[in-house]
Amino acid sequence: MMKDLNIDTFLKFDDVKKSYDQKNLVVKGFNMDVQEGEFITLLGPSGSGKTTVLMMLAGFESVTSGDIAIAGKSINRTAPYRRNIGMVFQNYALFPHMTVAENLAYPLAVRKMPKDKIKAQVAEYLNLVELSAFGDRRPGQLSGGQRQRVALARAMIFEPTLILMDEPLGALDKNLREQMQYEITRLHKQMGFTVIYVTHDQAEALSMSSRIAVFNDGVVQQCAPPAELYERPANAFVADFIGENNFVPGRVESIDGATAKIVTDGGTIVAQATADLTVGGACRVSVRPEKLFFPPSTHAHDNALTVRFETRIYVGDFIRYYFKLPDGTDIIVKILNDLSAPEFTDGAEAQLLWLASDCIAFQAG
Amino acid sequence: MKRFPEYFTFWHIAGHYGLRVFAFLVLLFLMLPILVIMPLSFNAEPFFTFTEGMLALDAEAYSIRWYQEILDDQKWLLAIRNSFVVGFAAATIATVLGTVAAVGLSSPWMPYKRIITALLLSPMIVPLIIIAAGMFFFYTQFNLVGTYGGLIIAHAALGVPFVIITVTATLSGFDRSLFVAGLSLGASPVKVFWDVVIPLIRPGVISGGLFAFVTSFDEVVLVLFLAAPNNAPFRARCFPGCANRSIQPSLRLRPCLSCSRRRCCSHWKRCADVPQR
Repeated sequence: MMKDLNIDTFLKFDDVKKSYDQKNLVVKGFNMDVQEGEFITLLGPSGSGKTTVLMMLAGFESVTSGDIAIAGKSINRTAPYRRNIGMVFQNYALFPHMTVAENLAYPLAVRKMPKDKIKAQVAEYLNLVELSAFGDRRPGQLSGGQRQRVALARAMIFEPTLILMDEPLGALDKNLREQMQYEITRLHKQMGFTVIYVTHDQAEALSMSSRIAVFNDGVVQQCAPPAELYERPANAFVADFIGENNFVPGRVESIDGATAKIVTDGGTIVAQATADLTVGGACRVSVRPEKLFFPPSTHAHDNALTVRFETRIYVGDFIRYYFKLPDGTDIIVKILNDLSAPEFTDGAEAQLLWLASDCIAFQAG
Repeated sequence: MKRFPEYFTFWHIAGHYGLRVFAFLVLLFLMLPILVIMPLSFNAEPFFTFTEGMLALDAEAYSIRWYQEILDDQKWLLAIRNSFVVGFAAATIATVLGTVAAVGLSSPWMPYKRIITALLLSPMIVPLIIIAAGMFFFYTQFNLVGTYGGLIIAHAALGVPFVIITVTATLSGFDRSLFVAGLSLGASPVKVFWDVVIPLIRPGVISGGLFAFVTSFDEVVLVLFLAAPNNAPFRARCFPGCANRSIQPSLRLRPCLSCSRRRCCSHWKRCADVPQR
């Protein structure tokens, strides 16, 4: 990871560690530089330390060691209510005894803003989240999506430069979630604040973020823009965690610069090589289900494997095929549901083709 | 006529109505002793029985003379005033202390939670006579026996457990992330407590305060030990009469003036296993 002292680094995590029991580290040295206006997502399975990082940034958890700095100033010793960081919670955390307008006015009233200015600002932000007609309602009278929009407006209304979101869409159903994703992205673009977003939903992370930090076991596995994360995963965990992936086991025969020749049970294939690959070592070649295709095809291809057909699942917009390699490894193929989607009989042999640039060989282990 | 599901047999329906009848009988059984006493307070005679005239609904047999007697007697009026002064002050102290204690005890980081809870709830469990005797000897060292302050402190201690129980109950449904949200919006912890926590636990605080008040209002054992004649509250004045075996006229009013409290408090007593006074 680059560690340059960039002038416009807005938020900086410097070797941040967290331990609850003074024995085990929940976050094992987190480093990150965030530019102003970025949308950063912390993605990882539950218990991977991503929420702990967010809580340390918000000030609700103390930092065991390391430093968090905003605009060059350490905030380790700043009380949470003086950090001026907006926060959106999974369960909305709206004050149930106040109306929507009162909820929005609260952070402004705390900052002793004059009453008429508060009123104008509340009206403006209600309008921004398209809830102008709901100012007098209580949170209990709103739907989940409306509540989350109020929570968003409340986190933005005091114009913090940084907004934290802790799985804000976790409690919503799928349609609402997509709608809210759009809403959040729109507000982020419009208002220009910096977002640190925590989620375990990778689709959400991929579609919203400017950069994603993938957490596992208290360590950032990779921090990269969505496309790079998906196309060029840094290790097997990321390849497996982000999207679907097939892993073909094999042995490295030779390494030639950026590519490697891998011997598998079904034949020799060519793949992108990762840095830690060694000649003669065991490896796993990852290839995405949508990058595989069947012959006859007009596509060029570098690799071909013979597999046995297991089952075919109709999903609607695409079709999933399950195959088995000779050694029993499952291979999934996703094909668009058009005329080219073939039918197979049970146990039939099939050829799978793909490009060397679409697969990456990782050190097994 | 109520519509029953199609599959109901005669016995289902009999059971449905049987349960209602039984429930009303139980209610009657519980209420009758209280209801019967009420007309007795209008007895014209100084006896604690229904006279023939009363049973015949003779207007002559009824009177409000016992109510009159209380309102005319300075001693009784002072006692009633004392009851309210002591009760109000004790309930206020108990509400403040009990609420703060409950908030502290419901924090996930509170150490020795069980021991502290047991200690704070002990006035509800320890027999009153023991508390009273202990307080009497303790108070003599500080010249608190026979003072308003002493009585108020003692009654506040008795009221605190009620407040702790009711406030803890409302706090158990309190979402801690609301507190965190308040902080994230820039309010100091004290301000969040006032603006968010207090309004949401208010029902528990109020009912706890009411329980503390009626506990003090109805309390007699501590009063007999700790109060001087001039600051003895209403309830204490009901009892010397008993001891003298003279028929204290206003005694029969007592059930009427405090039976409502008995009812609302009885379930607390049962679950707290407090010996009946």
